Amino acid sequence: MSNLEVQNLSKNFGRLQALKDVTLDVQDGEFMVLLGPTAAGKTTTLRCVAGMEKLDNGTVTMDGQIINDLSPAERDVAFVFQTYALYPRKTAYENMAFPLEARKMPKAEMDARIREIAELLQITELLNRRPAAMSGGQQQRVALGRAMVRQPRMFLMDEPLTNLDFKLRVEMRAELKRLQRELDTTFFYVTNDQVEAMSMADRIAVLNEGVLQQIDTPEEIYNHPANLFVAQFVGSPRINTLKCSLEDGALRSSDGEFGVHLQAWQKEALNGQSQNLIFGVRSEDISIHQTARDNTVAGTIYILEPLGDRTYVDVQIGGHILKVRADADYEADTGTTVHLSFDVDRVHVFDAESELTIF
Amino acid sequence: MADITLEKVTKKFNEEVVAVKDLDLYIEDGEFLVLLGPSGCGKTTTLRMIAGLENQSSGDIRIGDRLVNDLRAGDRDIAFVFQFYALYPHLTVKDNISFPLRAQNLPKHEVEQRVSDVAKRLRISHLLNSRPNRLPGGEQQRVALGRAMVRHPQVFLMDEPLTNLDAALRADMRAELKHLQQELGTTMVYVTHDQIEAMSMSHRIAVLNLGVLQQVDTPLNIYRHPKTLFVATFIGSPPMNIITGRVQDYTVYSNDTEFKYTLPKYTHQVMGGIEKVHFGIRAEDIRILEDNEGDADLRGEVILREPMGDETIYRIAIGQTVLAVTAPPKVVLERGEHVPLKINLNRIHLFDTRTEQSLLAKEAAIV
Repeated sequence: MSNLEVQNLSKNFGRLQALKDVTLDVQDGEFMVLLGPTAAGKTTTLRCVAGMEKLDNGTVTMDGQIINDLSPAERDVAFVFQTYALYPRKTAYENMAFPLEARKMPKAEMDARIREIAELLQITELLNRRPAAMSGGQQQRVALGRAMVRQPRMFLMDEPLTNLDFKLRVEMRAELKRLQRELDTTFFYVTNDQVEAMSMADRIAVLNEGVLQQIDTPEEIYNHPANLFVAQFVGSPRINTLKCSLEDGALRSSDGEFGVHLQAWQKEALNGQSQNLIFGVRSEDISIHQTARDNTVAGTIYILEPLGDRTYVDVQIGGHILKVRADADYEADTGTTVHLSFDVDRVHVFDAESELTIF
Repeated sequence: MADITLEKVTKKFNEEVVAVKDLDLYIEDGEFLVLLGPSGCGKTTTLRMIAGLENQSSGDIRIGDRLVNDLRAGDRDIAFVFQFYALYPHLTVKDNISFPLRAQNLPKHEVEQRVSDVAKRLRISHLLNSRPNRLPGGEQQRVALGRAMVRHPQVFLMDEPLTNLDAALRADMRAELKHLQQELGTTMVYVTHDQIEAMSMSHRIAVLNLGVLQQVDTPLNIYRHPKTLFVATFIGSPPMNIITGRVQDYTVYSNDTEFKYTLPKYTHQVMGGIEKVHFGIRAEDIRILEDNEGDADLRGEVILREPMGDETIYRIAIGQTVLAVTAPPKVVLERGEHVPLKINLNRIHLFDTRTEQSLLAKEAAIV
């Protein structure tokens, strides 16, 4: 158990600036997820914390002690990768015993600890098997077990679920979060999968091109993204966006097909800016009606995507398509005219140049 | 355009490995049919047999009214699209699209006309002179699609074409492909292991497992009335909750008897004499009640909360049984809270523990 502070972290690889002045903290007992696309700098951040990469600038502090110059072993953190890196000739038990043998732990104590962790991970019946005789999910649990028996101060995890199939990934997501709670330990977890981040994290730090974009709870990140990148990267389906300008109190697209009236506080927030605006709305904040109402926009059905528990309806408005979440039973023919209304309190506007959120 | 008929089609790679077993499948003219299943289920083998890239060990395949058992792939009048992207980098978009027509000796103006029609439909007319490797992924995909369309094939066969795309692009291409297929009206047979692709794009889904056809039906019927335990748990996210339990007086009990649910009347007829059952219920068919709403079926303890933004998945423990339950984002519960739950009695599923077949005929459930 520990807390971590990363301050003004910068890292260059030759002329490539991998991390630019990243500052973040992980609290004791927290499940912190570092989220971003490929090459955002997530893994580099994690490796700097682990001591596997030297920083060019900044400090890494753990429990109040600056650890910049400590070796990976001295930092006492456990690193779990997406490849399980188990010893193929050793059984699960021997794999888990390995880090403890290196510490010369007495046999009885070692055995007790391995069995306790195995119980928690529900792998007791696998202890005598070699990795080749286990499924991917089982191997991943053993790899976790090997990290856990050491009782490290903190777990660093680099996309540990990536190689699992879809169903197993959903199960392991819940499993990992449960474990983290039960162990009451600190997780610093890297992923490019926003669903993993949303569902598991206490807080999410979103990283893009080496720059920290936002750090907050999943709900805040989803409901109040700091900028266009965060808004588009988090949430599935992706948030609908449209380039607009403000005319007579309404946001309008350049082809004039789309227009929505804003509330007084929203107009105030725009602070006189009327051009270069990007309107954003999530699919669940749009409703479909058969007839026009106050403040609705007309469009035609482009396609329906039924998913069983809901149906996404793609509605064409001029040259744009908006994805709308509807009930599972929603039906309409392609080409039908429909009218969309927006949950105006939940829509967003971004500045097209800075890409920062205005509201 | 054509329909496709598979009759008792079997493919053995050797005496032990039966990749596809006794497959009967009729694909309508103009239909978008998805072959869905996990790796090794026989879906790609089936597609390759339709294409003529693989010969069936027994059975008949018809495209339109032609028996194609002995026809070479090139004579079957189909377009096979593997993963999109296999474009020629040294050729322009235009030459990439017209490439399949080279062998057909069509007059030049006919080629021009077809390429320009296809490009217009795919909204890539302005890119015809570019090279594909300079284009973003989505546009490369459209070019690959254009190359398949330009031959005016009777049937499109596609094998996981979207697999290598990132999530956002995949979602866009799903909608594009579905729209295009509707406009062209060309029969499409599409292979995937991704149940979201299957649900969202197809007219009907054929679910395969271990070489055996499990069920063919519309996406919503497959989702609501799965015929086997495999189909029930393969389709839907989070996967359907399954409780394997003892049945006594039409009540299902989990092993520790903490989970206890009395089955609705409409199931009693099929449950006569059955002592063990797989009871299934989807996460969205369980509702977390307000405290003052009476009439709870079960009570459980919140052990995990997974916010998704547009909804939240709760893991709720009832003794040893853990149920996934979806709730709107405004429902906020803490770990350790005890909550009453209501099961939508019209959406329950019951499977025989030996055959793993559904005990509920489609008609039995009141929808």
